[in-house]
Amino acid sequence: MSTFDFIEVKVPAKPEYIGVVRLSVSGIASRMGFTYEDIEDLKVAVSEAITNGVEHAYSGEENGELTIGCGVYEDRLEIMVADHGGSFNLERVKEEIGPYHQEDSVEDLREGGFGLFLIDALMDKVEIKSEHGVIVLMTKYLHENEVGRDGDQVSTSQ
Amino acid sequence: MNLNIDVKQPEERYSVMTLVGEVDAFTAPKLKEELLPLTQAEEAVVEVDLAAVNYMDSTGLGIFISALKSAKEYGATLKLTHMQERVYRLFKITGLTEIIDIDTSVKEGGS
Repeated sequence: MSTFDFIEVKVPAKPEYIGVVRLSVSGIASRMGFTYEDIEDLKVAVSEAITNGVEHAYSGEENGELTIGCGVYEDRLEIMVADHGGSFNLERVKEEIGPYHQEDSVEDLREGGFGLFLIDALMDKVEIKSEHGVIVLMTKYLHENEVGRDGDQVSTSQ
Repeated sequence: MNLNIDVKQPEERYSVMTLVGEVDAFTAPKLKEELLPLTQAEEAVVEVDLAAVNYMDSTGLGIFISALKSAKEYGATLKLTHMQERVYRLFKITGLTEIIDIDTSVKEGGS
């Protein structure tokens, strides 16, 4: 199993916190060495996922909290947005999640218009799970030349 | 993380809306509230200057789709100007460049 840093943020499912999370993710991506263009893509994709979550929270029940998890790997950034508010186990969620198909849960996530379409267009990999709340897992890879530049960050082996 | 909206009407039925900041689900309702009425006048021309909009997501795209529909209904014209490269890219990806009048001749380069 590859080593990674994990950052988890919980925010109330309210529109005013979308920008806060967007800036946090932007900071993490910037620290990882993503290009300006990639950071802008990440900002939009994350905001779209959170906007979906906010809309879900408004349309009903639950405790109105969103959980955003960022898995920082040597070669990629994985971002998870869950609208059930509870903590999640990164590895477990990844096992349960399936690939996103064009015909999946469109009613649910497309209500914001182009939200999921943009996430799909701007990220390298997108998976959604929508049994108990909606979880969006999206991945963006660092380009190879940038990974090379960060080559001194060798993971420690025991 | 805010959006400032300024509306000037140099002539009757000609409005120029200047936006400064970010358009997301937080700021979009205010934009919609200000923009839609401008498009609801017979043969009105509404220009939205996006030179100082450094962030937009699908919520913003949705507002401009609503405004375009409303403008069509009233025989008004909606035009988006000075769009930054990054914002233009979203209109391009979603195919909206085909249906919304975007003045690309005055597009601002990305920072």
